[in-house]
Amino acid sequence: MANLPLSSQIINLCAAVLLLVSFAMLSQRRVLSLVQLFALQGAVLCLSTITVAWTAGRSELYVSAAVTLALKVLLLPYILHRLIRALNARWETELLLNVPATMLVGLLLVIFSFGLAQPISQLAATVTRSTLGIAIAVVMLSFLMMITRRKAVTQVIGFLAMENGLFFAATSATYGMPMVVELGVALDVLVAMLILGVFFFQIREQFDSLDLRNLEALKEE
Amino acid sequence: MELLILLCIPLLGAVLLALVGERDWAPEANSLMSFATFAAGAALTVRVIGSGPMLAFHEQFFVDPFNVFLVALTAFVGFTTSLFSRPYMRVEQHHGRLNRSQLRLYHSMYQLFTFTMLLALLTNNMGILWVAMEGATLTTVLLVSLYRTPNGLEAAWKYFILCGVGIAQALFGTILLYFAAEKVLGAEGTTALLWTHLNQVKGELEPVVLSLAFVFLLVGYGTKVGLVPLHNWLPDAHAEGPTPVSAVLSGLLLNVALYAVVRCKVLVEGSLHNGMAGRLMMAFGLTSVVVAAFFLWRQKDIKRLFAYSSIEHMGIVTFAFGMGGPVANFAALLHMTVHSLTKSAIFFAVGHAAQKAGTQMIEQIHGLLKLSPTVGWGLMLGSLAILGLPPFGVFASEFLILTTAMRDHPWAAPILLLALGVAFAAIFSRVQSMVFGEPSLSRLPHAPALLPVFAHLLLVLALGLFIPPYLAGWYRLAAKLIG
Repeated sequence: MANLPLSSQIINLCAAVLLLVSFAMLSQRRVLSLVQLFALQGAVLCLSTITVAWTAGRSELYVSAAVTLALKVLLLPYILHRLIRALNARWETELLLNVPATMLVGLLLVIFSFGLAQPISQLAATVTRSTLGIAIAVVMLSFLMMITRRKAVTQVIGFLAMENGLFFAATSATYGMPMVVELGVALDVLVAMLILGVFFFQIREQFDSLDLRNLEALKEE
Repeated sequence: MELLILLCIPLLGAVLLALVGERDWAPEANSLMSFATFAAGAALTVRVIGSGPMLAFHEQFFVDPFNVFLVALTAFVGFTTSLFSRPYMRVEQHHGRLNRSQLRLYHSMYQLFTFTMLLALLTNNMGILWVAMEGATLTTVLLVSLYRTPNGLEAAWKYFILCGVGIAQALFGTILLYFAAEKVLGAEGTTALLWTHLNQVKGELEPVVLSLAFVFLLVGYGTKVGLVPLHNWLPDAHAEGPTPVSAVLSGLLLNVALYAVVRCKVLVEGSLHNGMAGRLMMAFGLTSVVVAAFFLWRQKDIKRLFAYSSIEHMGIVTFAFGMGGPVANFAALLHMTVHSLTKSAIFFAVGHAAQKAGTQMIEQIHGLLKLSPTVGWGLMLGSLAILGLPPFGVFASEFLILTTAMRDHPWAAPILLLALGVAFAAIFSRVQSMVFGEPSLSRLPHAPALLPVFAHLLLVLALGLFIPPYLAGWYRLAAKLIG
């Protein structure tokens, strides 16, 4: 481990930061801070993508990094900020599970993810193979966040963070998907965000709040 | 060339109707666009039948007997549903449930939905397939929440979150697939996600990665197929959206999602050779059939009732594809066809019935036959067809699936039969109480569109009595392709 090249060290550092940010998101109850954490996650993702692009000499990854920067660091957090201000939904009042318990479940998920990634990482030839486990862990932790939160905005941030984890998996295990696919995915995420923005307003108009407990009328008796 | 036209028409329609979708003639324009799509789809089908599979645009698009049959079905049901939606949406507008901007959104999204379905079917790129499926989710989320009622919003929200999470799993599966393919096909260029290339080298793909990839892909796309236990969004989305949307969700979206699963299964089976993919699909399919059949008993809302019936039938098809082999695949393809046609016909009839009654509650709808014999008979015959009564086509496909199950997996046959029996009793008793008895209904300001209902049922009847040789040959070819 002592003589890893600098680029691998940077990527491993990015992976570690990503994981930390995911845990921070899991414990953060202020919605605006969540958005900032999400932007930070995007920035780290961008940095790691640039490093991979530079190490592997894959110029199209620079484009992915630029798209990440534009979309996930600047545009989406900006839209989210605007939405949260407009809707006045700054605080997550209530968690389904208290923070320490959530953290414990999160830890278990991380161990599970590493177990899952083990057989695949051994096959990877990329400089970044050790990070696949972390990528899966980020996806799992975002999923956990979606489950334990009740506010619509937080669920969406969880959804976007999950997409970040997937993107990290794509770059770390395979040097990124073909360009067409990545642009398509980015477009879908953006459109999804816009649709959800409209949705937030409709939900609040109907229920006077963004609390998803209002959305529990439809179930089997 | 036909391919390009086929994809451009609905896209153009979406843009056009986004501009003028609220005009009085917009429903007709919607039908016209859908008809043009259908014509282009038919032209493409004729060409593929004539000259065999084709690749187009640097191999990015791919047509073979398997997807061209779904293209034809999608374009056809898309067209007939647009015919049904003309009077239906006018009545909704008359009842004040829709304003003009909502109508514009509806028409535009309807065309865009058709586009994403066709793109998902025709693309050769597994990544674009994912993008198109996600696009389909987004357009239908807007369609489900069209009425902006509290329940509609809840259904759309649930749909978005569940399918969003599900489809994220599918993306991870696609990444893993690419990861395995890249080793064999090389990362340079973009061939490593093209299905035709993957299919050629499937024997060399890393089995460990592929088995993990398939689990993610099955769970991901399976959420959209509505497989139990990932089905929670489906009944809500069907019940709360406008009825034409329920018809295309059941008739088209579920099929296309299953198509994605089957495409993945072909690759994974070719790499693993141990039947893992098939067994997983059989397990999911059988669970869906049984759970849905018992949930049918608890339904009070007519659209929810038939939504659960869709889960049941998609379970049957998934089970059949899981068994594999020429006969089961043939039956599964046939069942996909007849289920699409029958279920959309039922939703057409149910839509008009619910509009006449002013409610979707089964208990409050009576005497359809007395007030409006055509709607009543449409619903009755449609239900009998979907329940698998001979001589309708559903009987033929279910019979084939059951006999194959008896031969290959004898333990599964009694479970299937039991579930079919339970479903029969549940649906028949409910439909009977709606169709017969004293009417409690009112007249509609616009005459209902009954042509699509009976056209579909006639086709299903025809398929049950006699499958034309060229169609059978076509199904056989597709079944062989799936393996």
